[in-house]
Amino acid sequence: MSSSETRTRGASDLSVSRWQRLKHWTVQHRLESADAVKRLLHNRLSTLVTMLLLAVVLAVPTFMYSLLGNLKQLTPGTDFEPQLALYLSTELKAEELDRFSRSLLLRDDLLSVELISSDVGANEFKSHSELGELMTLLDENPLPAVVLAITRDQDPATMKLLRESMAALPEVDVAELDVEWLERLEVIVGSFSSISFVLALLLSMTVLLVIANTIRTMISSRQEEIEVSLLIGATGAWVRRPFLYAGLLYGFFGALLSLLLVYFSLALVEAPLAELTELYIGRFDLQGPDLSLIMALLMGGTILGWIGAFIAVSRQMGQLHQGSD
Amino acid sequence: MAAIQFTNVSKRYDSGQEALKSVDFTLESGEMAFLTGHSGAGKSTLLKLLTRVEQPSRGEVWVGDQNLSELSRSEIPHYRRTLGVVYQNHRLLEDRTVYQNIALPLRIAGFNEEDIGRRVRAALDRVGLLESEQKFPQALSSGEQQRIGIARAIVHKPRVLIADEPTGNLDPRLSLDIMNLFEQFNRIGTTVLIATHDVALIKRMRHRVLILDKGRLRHVQ
Repeated sequence: MSSSETRTRGASDLSVSRWQRLKHWTVQHRLESADAVKRLLHNRLSTLVTMLLLAVVLAVPTFMYSLLGNLKQLTPGTDFEPQLALYLSTELKAEELDRFSRSLLLRDDLLSVELISSDVGANEFKSHSELGELMTLLDENPLPAVVLAITRDQDPATMKLLRESMAALPEVDVAELDVEWLERLEVIVGSFSSISFVLALLLSMTVLLVIANTIRTMISSRQEEIEVSLLIGATGAWVRRPFLYAGLLYGFFGALLSLLLVYFSLALVEAPLAELTELYIGRFDLQGPDLSLIMALLMGGTILGWIGAFIAVSRQMGQLHQGSD
Repeated sequence: MAAIQFTNVSKRYDSGQEALKSVDFTLESGEMAFLTGHSGAGKSTLLKLLTRVEQPSRGEVWVGDQNLSELSRSEIPHYRRTLGVVYQNHRLLEDRTVYQNIALPLRIAGFNEEDIGRRVRAALDRVGLLESEQKFPQALSSGEQQRIGIARAIVHKPRVLIADEPTGNLDPRLSLDIMNLFEQFNRIGTTVLIATHDVALIKRMRHRVLILDKGRLRHVQ
């Protein structure tokens, strides 16, 4: 065989067509992801420890966000409806009171209207209050008639506006809204939300560092393989790929494990939390993380894993100078 | 046609060390040659220029119709796939079987598994170690390990085969076996360049010899 013939044959062996390359690219990715799983399973203990560490770190913000979801669910409570109390002018006569309360009934923004006349109010006061006896000392009933209304819109801001417009009515002396505790809850939810966000941010960085460090160790234990691969024609991308897969897998399975931890933690706090809520708002079922939170956790974990691995690989590869030894 | 051509090549490292001085030579396609010289004479540098690990400070290195200085960063891996390189310490991956080691260049080049199996076995057959496929390198003798190293270098049928002290750790009889193996590949048309300091062996082989002396090249037939 002449040398030129061999050359041609050698060349055709190497020039794999574009279509074949694409096909092999997908096959290769499949093989390499399988290979990455195999390698992680090979060092079972250290892989498990790393994943558990990631799970704990990821569980903290996820747990916080689950609680936050539960708190938010309280805000527009079904058991509790904030009331608007209108203390009417004492100068109004019975039929005027009646007419006024009827006019309120026609309003769209009020769900229900209850008129409590000053007599009824006085009787209630007598039976419910220690100071009831005082009433007998008075000649006149000093209590105003009250209208208790439940608003259609339970949003605190809208309710406040409504309260103001009611207070401006000539029949109304004072309008009060018992949303104080609602506002307090909102502040609590708000600060809880920002604490959760900051925690999530800090712990995401922890995840990034843990994965970057794990991958860094992985790379140094496979230094020889990387150098040889580069010398026999591997591209930087080819060398990087298994490590990026490893980071991805660490992130995903860390997130999956953290989900278990979150359900476990929620189960732990369920009983004391139920006791607490019983005192204020009655029965309340603790909800697990909702679908969007679960998706965010799994995707976030996976992406963080990939980025962590990418950082580690880029740094290490930079030091390798395309395989010089 | 020239397989390897050095035109007035000099290499000076950042440290100031002048490893090669105006080196000129041509290796024809299908030729086999030895590169020799004392340690520090510039053998390693010359091989590093060929594998495009280093670049010349002056002059041009051509392999086939490719000027290596004109390779872009992304073209380097593809260029390296046209070479086969054998190392003194064979550089096999200890945690992989013989099969996996030899398959590595094919995986890198994107061959499918079926092709890989066929080619790996053909390469193993050529170096006479077909039965060692599933062994790990450490289970083999040093002579066998080097033959696996050669199988990995030729599995993708490179145009040019380069060896860096391939018999460095072997006794004379095994060394001769290895050299005979290189001759076999040369006989089917592969261009072969072997760096070695084993002068006795070179004399027995009757091929062209390139002698490097303090970075300068002296040709000897």
